[in-house]
Amino acid sequence: MIRAALIALACGCVFGAGLAVSNMTNPARVIGFLDVFGTFDPTLAFVMLGALIPMSVAWRVRTQMDRPLAAQGFNVPSTTGIDARLVIGAVVFGAGWGVAGLCPGPALADLALSPLPAAVFVSAMACGMALYRMLRPTRH
Amino acid sequence: MAASLSSIALGLAGGAMIGCAAAAMLLLLGRIAGVSGLAAQAFRLSDSGSTLIAIAFVIGLPAGAALAKLAGAPMEARFPSIAYLLFGGLCVGFGARLGSGCTSGHGVCGVSRLSRRSLVATAVFMATGILTVAALREAGVVP
Repeated sequence: MIRAALIALACGCVFGAGLAVSNMTNPARVIGFLDVFGTFDPTLAFVMLGALIPMSVAWRVRTQMDRPLAAQGFNVPSTTGIDARLVIGAVVFGAGWGVAGLCPGPALADLALSPLPAAVFVSAMACGMALYRMLRPTRH
Repeated sequence: MAASLSSIALGLAGGAMIGCAAAAMLLLLGRIAGVSGLAAQAFRLSDSGSTLIAIAFVIGLPAGAALAKLAGAPMEARFPSIAYLLFGGLCVGFGARLGSGCTSGHGVCGVSRLSRRSLVATAVFMATGILTVAALREAGVVP
């Protein structure tokens, strides 16, 4: 368990460093990507491209593995249906992303770089998560 | 923000780091590097278990960003005002949980797996984000 936590800490570190290196921790950069009718900034598309390549390889490697290298089994989503929850959730998420220029990863990374605005956003985000937990109809 | 050759090169490099971290989460721990799900677990706002892994990953995010700053990565940032941060944060937290994922879980991990759910979610939140910024621009209140 300690080994798994150390691996997760290292993964979080590399992930957070990648967000900072790519300047995705800068809300103005993200809003620039979404501002296609204004001063469009394509940087985010290249970040996605850079991330999708190693991750595509990882999914291929995973098909050859019975279990992960440092855990008992794979714990990945298996749901396939497109439902209203998925679409409405993405609409609400996208609206918040456009307004603030932040999503969960960059906001948490920003706690180290710009603590005050990041803490405001992360607190509101935790409230949104808590609100979902209070309102959701069934446990799952 | 204006894009430049250096912002694109750093974007590709940072993106590759993000993808490698997500790949390591999958191949070593069997887990999806979906930040909204891991954050909900770390904050004890989720029913799913393995909280220690989630807490460790969430602590790693600011730690890694701080290391990148120490290493001299450019750290330019401009934040919107507090009302935008509060409203945006509330929507991002609620929407990511309702839609079962965010930019990392759906956008990186799901799209690279060609998951139909993630492809739809990513298309929808990108379109909504673009429309939101366009609407704010139209109203003259781009953050």
